[in-house]
Amino acid sequence: MSARTTSAPRTTSAPRSTSAGGAGTVARRTALVVVGALFAVPIAAMVAFSLRSADGTGHDLNHWLAIVDPENERMYRNLVEGVTNSLLLAVVAALLVLVLLVPAMVLVHLRYPRLVRPLEFVCLVPITVPAIVLVVGLAPVYSVVSRVAGSGAWTLALAYGVTVLPYAYRAVQSDLAATDLRTLTEAARTLGSSWPRTMALVVVPSLRRGLLAAAFITVAVVLGEFTIASLLNRVNLQTALVQVSRSDPYAAVILALISLAFAFVLLLVIGRVGALGAARPIPTRKALS
Amino acid sequence: MVTTSTRAADTTADVRSAHEGDGGDPSTRASSSSDGVGPSRGRRRPAAWWGLTPFAVWVLLFLIVPCLLALGTGFVDGDGAPTLDNLAALGDPLIVRAFASSAAVSAVTAVAGAVVGAVVCWGLTSLRPDGAVRSAIDAASSVLAQFGGVMLAFAFIATIGIQGVVTRLLIDVAGVDLYADGVWFYQVPGLLLPYLYFQVPLMVITFMPAVSGLRPQWSEAVATLGGTRWQHLVRVVVPVLAPAFVGSLLLLFANAFSSYATAAALISQGAQIVPLQIRAALISETVLGRENVAGALALGMVVVMAVLMIGYSLLQRRTERWQR
Repeated sequence: MSARTTSAPRTTSAPRSTSAGGAGTVARRTALVVVGALFAVPIAAMVAFSLRSADGTGHDLNHWLAIVDPENERMYRNLVEGVTNSLLLAVVAALLVLVLLVPAMVLVHLRYPRLVRPLEFVCLVPITVPAIVLVVGLAPVYSVVSRVAGSGAWTLALAYGVTVLPYAYRAVQSDLAATDLRTLTEAARTLGSSWPRTMALVVVPSLRRGLLAAAFITVAVVLGEFTIASLLNRVNLQTALVQVSRSDPYAAVILALISLAFAFVLLLVIGRVGALGAARPIPTRKALS
Repeated sequence: MVTTSTRAADTTADVRSAHEGDGGDPSTRASSSSDGVGPSRGRRRPAAWWGLTPFAVWVLLFLIVPCLLALGTGFVDGDGAPTLDNLAALGDPLIVRAFASSAAVSAVTAVAGAVVGAVVCWGLTSLRPDGAVRSAIDAASSVLAQFGGVMLAFAFIATIGIQGVVTRLLIDVAGVDLYADGVWFYQVPGLLLPYLYFQVPLMVITFMPAVSGLRPQWSEAVATLGGTRWQHLVRVVVPVLAPAFVGSLLLLFANAFSSYATAAALISQGAQIVPLQIRAALISETVLGRENVAGALALGMVVVMAVLMIGYSLLQRRTERWQR
């Protein structure tokens, strides 16, 4: 999402950064370094904390080794279940977004332009309704769901897909707005392509970056979700982390570090994918008109 | 509310597509929108409609129904009879205090986060927008703004918790005890620093587009007209960025107001802020009918959030004028 917003003004900001130059640049970079250093303190503290030796005097790798020690397997069984559930949920939620949201968006964009605003409104509702509020209403819904579809871990993805709607919508929408999909699909149809073929060879490639970004952001949000799982008494990565932290704060901090690093790499990839895509000329409305 | 507006718009689009397809013949239009099966188009149009159905069913079951249930339970008692008693609970001194604490935490972290975030945005203008450092800062902002929650609580427990690295360092090196006056970290004041840790990155994400929208030509125009840098700042930069700044401030307030995970992982006793009150009402087994109070609290939260988000979108619309 951020990759998208920052790539827009690239034509104008390049000359400014060179023209401002001098003392202004030094002051601005100093500000960045100061804030960056402050924000690094908790991360550094987590690393230092995780390296404390058992007797509390020195530093060693014991807590990190304990995580992979097979002897502790039973202790971390809940955690393994949480990680497995979260990964499954992330995959199912990303699939839901790609299979339910994206076709609806494309269809509305191509065939029902009047529905664009209502669709946008619906997709942005989860920003106004916090997860803690949504869970109040999800509790009765899930008591029905578990009667109908069982209480498998994957069912939670139905709710998670809804919570990522705003992010996924924006990721796909910016691509939809930038690509003249209607002309492209009409051209494909005129040339005799079937709808499935048009979808596979025209629509999906045109929206590739948006779809990737939507999938990545879904994975990141689902892996970080705590509120809904915790209040519906489900086990996911975050609820398992809270439970582990009660008996072994070191393991919790180490796993938090690993997940933060994982999410950071994931979003760095989104950013680079966005930057690479932006460097490639794509047909935009402005360019065509 | 959501369903009716969607359905109304559906119908208009339906009428419109029928209108286009049939060359505007009013009789065909009327028949196709009333029974939905025009003789010649019976095969094609429903096929396109089916594409929207799975999404509509999903959103209905997992967004709209839960929203209505969450807000609706505030108006019924434990036996399902309609009542306004739960709303009266909103006047309970304990709950009023929770709303006040929530508002205070949100206001303090929103203002501080907005100011620090704006400084970061200003700093970011010194970097190449497509450079590696910029990508890294963008990614870090997204991670910290959206992924925080529980792990943020752990990070701060490791930093300034009772056994935290910085806490110990301050005692050993400077002889300063953070908790000489009591352990405030597991109370409401302890939320301020962790919240700032996701508020600043959110400010960077939402405010940066507006800052990037400032044109270098504007400062050149001011200079050409004989203006100073100060005049450029006061007459151009501040007025152009003001709506975006206030809008982002509202978003930050809303973000802190609705945040649950960090507080839940940090504060295990008591329910000093609204989301924790909702948790208490939901999991309470001692007082029957308390889950309906959760509905009333949810209603209170949604009202606050709706006001904030409407303000945000109005200001956002003003901001976008300068970003073309």
